[in-house]
Amino acid sequence: MSASSIDTNSMDQLFAVADTIVAKAKPGEQIEVVVARGRETEVKVYQGEIEAFTSATSQGYGVRIVADRRQGFAYAGSLDADSFDEVVAEARDNATFGTVDEHLGLAEPDGLPIVDLGLFSDSVAAFPDDRKIELAKELEELAVAGDPRIIGSESSEYNDSIGESVIATNTGIRVSSRDSGAYLYVGLLAEDDGETQTGFGLSLGREPADLDLQEAATQAVERTTRLLGATKPASQRTTVVLDPYVSSQFLGIIGGTLSGGAVMTGRSLFAERMNEQVAASGLTLIDDPTDIRSLSASESDGEGLATRRNVLIDNGKLNTFVNNTYTGRRLGTTSTGSAVRGISSTPSVGCTALQLLPGARKQAELLADIDDGILIQGVSGLHSGVNAVSGDFSTGAKGLRIRNGELAEPVREFTIASTLQRMLLDVVEVGGDIEWLPWGAAGVSLVVSDVSVSGT
Amino acid sequence: MIEESVINATLSTALRTGADFAEVFVEDKKRSSAHLDDSRIEELTSGRSRGAGIRVIVGESTGFAHTSDLSEAGLQQAAEAAAAAARGSNGDTRTVSVTRQDVTPAYEITTFPETIAKSRKVEMLTMANDVARSVNNAISQVSVTYSDSRRQILVANSEGLLAGDDQVRTVFGVGCVATGDTGMQTGRMTVGRPIGFELFDEYDISDLAQQAANMAVTKLRARPAPSGEIPVVIGNGGGGVLFHEACGHGLEADLVAKSASVFKDRVGQLVASPLVTLIDDGTMPREWGFFTIDDEGKPAQSNTLIKDGVLVDYMYDGIRARKEGRPSSGNGRRQSYKHLPMVRMTNTYISNGETDPDDIVADTPSGIYIKKLGGGQVDTASGDFVFGMAEAYLIEDGKVTEPIREGNLIGNGPAVLEAIDALGNDFDMGSPGTCGKEGQGVPVGDGTPTLRVPTGLTVGGTAA
Repeated sequence: MSASSIDTNSMDQLFAVADTIVAKAKPGEQIEVVVARGRETEVKVYQGEIEAFTSATSQGYGVRIVADRRQGFAYAGSLDADSFDEVVAEARDNATFGTVDEHLGLAEPDGLPIVDLGLFSDSVAAFPDDRKIELAKELEELAVAGDPRIIGSESSEYNDSIGESVIATNTGIRVSSRDSGAYLYVGLLAEDDGETQTGFGLSLGREPADLDLQEAATQAVERTTRLLGATKPASQRTTVVLDPYVSSQFLGIIGGTLSGGAVMTGRSLFAERMNEQVAASGLTLIDDPTDIRSLSASESDGEGLATRRNVLIDNGKLNTFVNNTYTGRRLGTTSTGSAVRGISSTPSVGCTALQLLPGARKQAELLADIDDGILIQGVSGLHSGVNAVSGDFSTGAKGLRIRNGELAEPVREFTIASTLQRMLLDVVEVGGDIEWLPWGAAGVSLVVSDVSVSGT
Repeated sequence: MIEESVINATLSTALRTGADFAEVFVEDKKRSSAHLDDSRIEELTSGRSRGAGIRVIVGESTGFAHTSDLSEAGLQQAAEAAAAAARGSNGDTRTVSVTRQDVTPAYEITTFPETIAKSRKVEMLTMANDVARSVNNAISQVSVTYSDSRRQILVANSEGLLAGDDQVRTVFGVGCVATGDTGMQTGRMTVGRPIGFELFDEYDISDLAQQAANMAVTKLRARPAPSGEIPVVIGNGGGGVLFHEACGHGLEADLVAKSASVFKDRVGQLVASPLVTLIDDGTMPREWGFFTIDDEGKPAQSNTLIKDGVLVDYMYDGIRARKEGRPSSGNGRRQSYKHLPMVRMTNTYISNGETDPDDIVADTPSGIYIKKLGGGQVDTASGDFVFGMAEAYLIEDGKVTEPIREGNLIGNGPAVLEAIDALGNDFDMGSPGTCGKEGQGVPVGDGTPTLRVPTGLTVGGTAA
């Protein structure tokens, strides 16, 4: 059974739901409706057999009402017309308990046109199930055969999705968006001398044709086998090189500290530091959802405004925070098109397509300048090890020793620690190897000096 | 929620390609929440999602489809999709007749949250905010969250099972930011139980607000955490996260079967200090990981995983149990009807020891004392795990002294379990947790008495 293709009337159906509900606003009320529908296929293969094949559709809508400068919200996980009145009534009732706030209010068109970025490919829906299964099987086979020390896979997966949504308000917003994506993932187990290590590889794109089996397999084999025989390093302060996969996770956290939501509630490390030097001079951090290389690119934000390129840190200087309509008004500015949301909550604010402006050199060239250091291949415990309010971070890590400019023995069971503030200033060089990953931040090799390594 | 005849027909359709097993999981979940931040009630949210997930197993393969359309036609369509996805070939017609097999809940919900006026929930948020801000001038920001949910589930399968559960949860949390010369620090307290509004008969929210505020203020004078391998004393209650990561995940039979666990082939062997008896118990009344039936319809069980240091058994869900020809241990759980069940923990705890906790600290010349743990993460294949310290202190000359800044600790599961050399007599359960595995979150509880790990834990600080 294949996900039937989304027909051209599909958006009309979603608009019909949104328009019907918007029409239920009472005089004096602002109403916003977000309606979303998605399809997803996931194939998991293990030892050459289909372990699980999931075919999923999901849909739902959320209603936000602002009345008398108070806000309420309600949602439903279906598009059942019988639920519309109840959900609107519930959102309206919820609004009566909110705090009166002059800054509350829905987005209004700000003049920036929404540009079609071509984020949707018909080929996802047309791709046959048998091919999806074959891809996952081929990937497993290729990866497991990649090295004699690979004892098997944990899982080899093909996943694709199609999402469509509309946002409509009675303040002039009426936008739709549609996107597609696909990825291949393989997790491997390698064993040597009674020790087991795991690693993974992935390849992703907007459509199945973008996927590269060989790339995912090679990456997984390398990441899994190169850690075999790892030992615990001695404690020291040293230079680390964050692999793109690792730097992207840190960028995501740093992006969170630059949101207007954190700034207006006094939770941002950088609240009072606009135009100051907060990072090394070569570092430029951008949130650009209009860059179609990012899998999380989008044409419009969670309130229906056009997305745009926001330069957060410009050559080390703090340049802007990202805002949605509410946080923008609170901070005396305007939305940067950075509202983020699902159907089950009001829009928050955040970065969705972060990237560091890449440098010129490949990872191997960066390593060549380092006499003694560690390449960090993976970190663990970021959710408990980073406090985005204080800036303290300390995470588990594994990777490879760097000696005399080259990768040497593997190391594991240690932590790296610093503060986000210091780390930004301690960036020595940004690599040129930008890697797009299936979340809101791209990665790049990043050389950071003076990080505390805690081991033996 | 759905008539038996419709369930029978849906299961028959799911079996039409010659499946070995078919299952219908129906869920109706209502949620309401209220959030205060920056002294404003930001908004109240309410919502409902319901739907069904249909699972079909043919040999080693599982087909799965879900739908938010609970009509007979909607369920038939999903059953067809799941059957096709499982790729069976034999077309024998089989009929199914399910029999209701409900389990009596261990306790009654006394006050369903939906019966409480929204205004009362809002008053609690405001009160907690006022109390937290009055604790100390250094408190610069407060957020307070109330949320409740009611999840009604129905599980039916081709073996004739039909069982339901009504799961109510209520949570209240206060988060504070304190600002001082050294920057900002945070403190957080969360309480929650699988009960209704009676949660607030048990917990005083102004106490919670004070504790959260004090935690943030205390941390303002925290020193950088030390780094390196250091003796660690973990306080009672939330220290259970240690075991959740150090061995809990490694004892999940699905990971063991794929050789992704350091505990594979170790049943009957000594895998921990003889002080350690580890139990996973979904039947613990009113604890966060409690349920009457799991998400495959199996009644919750108490399972001893490690007894006096010896590995007794792993945890199982239905699919893994079937493959190994043994019963499920009642650990088949899923985040929602949109997810496949897998092996998950419930309430995981270390049973009580005999030592006075004060003596454990007094007997530790130097080290750190962790009062409140943060979350953690484990690589089950290597056994390496990390967990965070949300509130921790130095131990100097056998006394708990200065607070230290946040950070992670890292260790290797088997080595840390073996090293435990003292277990207190002050067992307690910790705060409600959410355990993530393959992108699915489920509520879990953890518990432990005070304990000491003299070697094997590396503290990830920045101080020399």
